[in-house]
Amino acid sequence: MSTQNVDILHMRTKRTWSQDAWRLLKSAPISAKFGMFVIAFYFFCAVFANIIAPFGEAEIVGKAYAPPSAAHWFGLDQIGRDTLSRVIFGARNTIFIALATVLISFFIGGVLGIYAAVTRGWMDQIVSRIVDILMSIPVLIFALMLLAMAGKSVWNLIFILALLDSTRVFRLARNTALSVAVQDFVEAARLRGEGMIWVVFREIIPNILPTLIAEFGLRFSFVFLTISALSFLGVGIQPPTADWGSMVAESKTLITFGRPQPLIPAAAIALLTVAVNFVVDWFLHKTSGLRDGQ
Amino acid sequence: MHPVMKTVLQRLGLGFLTLLAVSVIIFSSLELLPGGFAEATLGQSATPETVAAFNKSLGLDRPAITRYFEWVGGAVQGDFGRSFAGAGGWREQNVRYVSNIIGPRLYNTFFLAAMTAIFAVPIALALGLLAALYRNSWYDRIVNSVTLTTIASPEFFVAYILMFFLAVKFRVFYPLSTVNATTPFWEHVSRAALPTITLTLVIIAHMMRMTRASIISLLASPYIEMAKLKGLKPWQVILHHALPNAWAPIATVIAFNLAYLVVGVVVVEVVFVYPGIGQLMVDSVGSRDMPVAQACALIFAATYIMLNLLADIVAIVTNPRLLHPK
Amino acid sequence: MANDRKRVKGTPLIEIRGLKIEGYSDEKWHPIIKGIDLDLKRGEVLGLIGESGAGKSTLGLATMGYTKPGCRISAGTVMFDGIDLVNAPQEQLRKMWGSQISYVAQSAAASFNPAHRLMEQVTESARNHGVMDTNKAEADAKDLFKRLQLPNPDTIGTRYPHQVSGGQLQRAMTAMAMSCRPDLIVFDEPTTALDVTTQVEVLASMRRIVEEFDTAAVYITHDLAVVAQMAHRIMVLRYGNLVEQSDTRSMLKQPTQDYTKSLWAVRSLEKPEEKSSDIALSVSGVDATYSGAMKVLENVTVRLPRGKTVSVVGESGSGKSTLARAITGLLPVSKGRIEFNGKALPAKLKDRDRDTLRRIQMIYQSADTALNPRQRVRDIIGRPLEFYLGLTGAAKEKKIIALLDNIELGENFIDRFPGEMSGGQKQRISIARALAAEPDIIICDEVTSALDQIVQEEILKLLMRLQKDTGVSYLFITHDIATVRAISDEIVVMYKGKVVQQGLKSEVLNPPYPPYTELLLSSVPQMDPDWLTGLLKQRAGAKV
Repeated sequence: MSTQNVDILHMRTKRTWSQDAWRLLKSAPISAKFGMFVIAFYFFCAVFANIIAPFGEAEIVGKAYAPPSAAHWFGLDQIGRDTLSRVIFGARNTIFIALATVLISFFIGGVLGIYAAVTRGWMDQIVSRIVDILMSIPVLIFALMLLAMAGKSVWNLIFILALLDSTRVFRLARNTALSVAVQDFVEAARLRGEGMIWVVFREIIPNILPTLIAEFGLRFSFVFLTISALSFLGVGIQPPTADWGSMVAESKTLITFGRPQPLIPAAAIALLTVAVNFVVDWFLHKTSGLRDGQ
Repeated sequence: MHPVMKTVLQRLGLGFLTLLAVSVIIFSSLELLPGGFAEATLGQSATPETVAAFNKSLGLDRPAITRYFEWVGGAVQGDFGRSFAGAGGWREQNVRYVSNIIGPRLYNTFFLAAMTAIFAVPIALALGLLAALYRNSWYDRIVNSVTLTTIASPEFFVAYILMFFLAVKFRVFYPLSTVNATTPFWEHVSRAALPTITLTLVIIAHMMRMTRASIISLLASPYIEMAKLKGLKPWQVILHHALPNAWAPIATVIAFNLAYLVVGVVVVEVVFVYPGIGQLMVDSVGSRDMPVAQACALIFAATYIMLNLLADIVAIVTNPRLLHPK
Repeated sequence: MANDRKRVKGTPLIEIRGLKIEGYSDEKWHPIIKGIDLDLKRGEVLGLIGESGAGKSTLGLATMGYTKPGCRISAGTVMFDGIDLVNAPQEQLRKMWGSQISYVAQSAAASFNPAHRLMEQVTESARNHGVMDTNKAEADAKDLFKRLQLPNPDTIGTRYPHQVSGGQLQRAMTAMAMSCRPDLIVFDEPTTALDVTTQVEVLASMRRIVEEFDTAAVYITHDLAVVAQMAHRIMVLRYGNLVEQSDTRSMLKQPTQDYTKSLWAVRSLEKPEEKSSDIALSVSGVDATYSGAMKVLENVTVRLPRGKTVSVVGESGSGKSTLARAITGLLPVSKGRIEFNGKALPAKLKDRDRDTLRRIQMIYQSADTALNPRQRVRDIIGRPLEFYLGLTGAAKEKKIIALLDNIELGENFIDRFPGEMSGGQKQRISIARALAAEPDIIICDEVTSALDQIVQEEILKLLMRLQKDTGVSYLFITHDIATVRAISDEIVVMYKGKVVQQGLKSEVLNPPYPPYTELLLSSVPQMDPDWLTGLLKQRAGAKV
């Protein structure tokens, strides 16, 4: 490594964090920029749904199945509610439910996973075996069964999915934390006499954060798809709450009459998850170049 | 004992234990309900007598352990007990056996999955291999974006788009896949065309990304470079040096995606009203017919576990280190 | 067909003119080889030496007309036996590879296909290029195995790569390269991954076979003493440029360029040994096992005098690194006693108090993994100051800067991340971190092995100066005899978990030797082109 290289690197550190972030964003490929724009737009809709939406979430404004018109761009649904408004409100409901689920999932899986990696020993063994078993049942199937038992409610949905999804987070958090925990600098911290808190928060977490952030994106899009699928199957988010998955299910018969209404909420789902995946793909490429194709 | 045999047996044992644990989980989910299934079904206002009668009629009054062993013992022989549907009256002529309900549905689902696998697996492997060989080309980049988009879209989106264009706007296929036991084979095939195409698209996307990744990591091995520098022809490098080491990753890719297919069928069957086990499970969940739901869940989970087990065994028996111990 | 051509020793074989090679990274092309001429005659062995980043492997591969994925030849010509390899169609190159030009890679274990037997892979080129049929190729391979002194030459071919040792694999790869009797073999650091005692045998058999068949060779290495044994002529490379070239003997005798001289001058450092009976750390009769099964240390006794340097030498598997883990408490000993400053040291890390921990510090082989990539130098060095000495704020900052000055880096390094420093600079930061604790003992585990020669020398000098200034004792774990010679007061020789010998440097490095010490010391290549020849003669004589 020549001294010239080192000097260039040194200059780089003098820039501020926000300048770095801005340069990074500017260097993003078109797909990632598109993804970020879409995500921002969706969150804007979600937060300001009641300002943007022309009509109320459960407000009946006309005839059932009315076709698109100037007042109702996407037409009306099976009991005469404005589809556009419900799509906008759906953004709020579905996104926040998915977000809550992933946050809980990361809390459970992340804490247990990092703890297991740092301590290893019997706790790690037991939790890892349980996770192996839970992961051998497909999430959708498991969720269907548990929801049938526990009954359909938003909180049941959130907790059941968070629990099932946390197994994936556990595995990733444990494996990445373990790969950091065996490095010499962690051993050096242990030899210094550092406690667990220091080792976890100062040595391990800063090194696994990029991976976890990327995983957060992927888990969000997976949970979002699962919630939509469950709602579509009728056991997820229940009416009259506007939600994209159930909106597809409610209007699905229109397809056979050649009307594309059900495609609108379905496309809304696809657009968001595709956008998240584009951003994550770029982020992964940027931070590690690993996980190619997973 | 030969190390391969030993490892395979170990893996089989582990698979069996997993299956056992899964069956316990599936069974006990019914027990975990606060207040019991009866109260949840009949409502809180039900008198203790009604609850007791209900439980007795469903056989829920006996200890859980006994019922578990009966259930598992029956399941092994293909008997999943009696459906709750129509169980209120509990007259013998109304009794419907779960296995009788599941049987034809299972065949339909297997039909759909097999049809998908026949198309999807070879296409995905070939496309994935091409993407790996010509990586960073335009082909590779386009494939990357398209597959990422497909993976990220919900299955029902893909399904309805296909239905909208290929069945409604242009009447190429049947929009709905209603079949029954008397449907002739070829008509069954043509009615199942749209769900097959939907599943194929989704599976191919997943599978070719995984194929591409594992082939790329394989081709980066020093022994592949060595083979090139020995002056071997490109096809010799691939067939003689890459392929013998590729079985394990390929088996993993196929197993993972067939397992994924198992889940994918649920949504796709509902969209196309295809009478398979996925739709059955959704219906039974809706009507809280627990014996049916449990049986479906067990079948799904067992398939899933079995496929992964198979992939692991392929990896074990093709591992030269195990085949030829020191 | 390869055999039909007339081969006259001494006629030109390779002629490279103005070669430039670029590598692609960070979305840009960076120069790796910046315009080099190279000539090689038939039957000649050319040594390419240089430190990391010199471009020696890239240039070596270019003589085959091959570039690694992500690299390209941007200018110049490579003529091999009158054929332009840069513009030759891929099919023509393919026909030449393996038959006229072949390759021996650094890692034999990774370069053999795990799925096929050795014989199949060794004879593959000969069979595929139509040089020999299968029977003849196998008979020939057995003959080559014999010439390369592989054990059981008639049956070793039926084994799989994972079933034979690294040294044997490396020789089998040489047989593989030789199978078509090529005009040229490119050896790419073929003995770097081997232990010294194994290296001698592999070097000897490679050299013999190349001589027997009059094969021209390009021998790539960073080790001057090795290249001195193998090459007729040496090219010294640095940053993709040629520094100088001449025949081996004259280059060893009188290098003309300053850079070459600095390479040659390695180990100018030689600390006179000092005897001391003031023992800081004593390890007596220690056993240690991993997971209760295999004994990795057996009855190990080592003394470390205060303010002195004790080197622990041994090859891989000797237990030298395990000894370090036992002393630090990472691997509690199962038997025996470790005393520190006259008091028994608790076996387990968690039973030791903070002051004891402070007094025993450790520096690792690879600063890349020993420094947290997400911490700045300020935090890396500052933490022990805060943790052990309770320094905060301005006092801590002042001390960090003082330490940076002490390791000759200066205060502008304080905000850097490890990724923004060179290997040598990172290792200095590791030293500063250990020093910050004001320790009595520093355990140095192969601290210079990952560094280039010149940087090694600087780090060793720094360590010696710090010892003089602070009176710290070093337990210096290494496999490199030259380093041991340079810095030790006392030496411990380890073999298979046992101590073979401990004594003053002058005692251990001079006869009479215990057998293993003799084998180890005599196997270390010397900067003398006749060393290997002499050693082989001597060993052959000893056997009779």
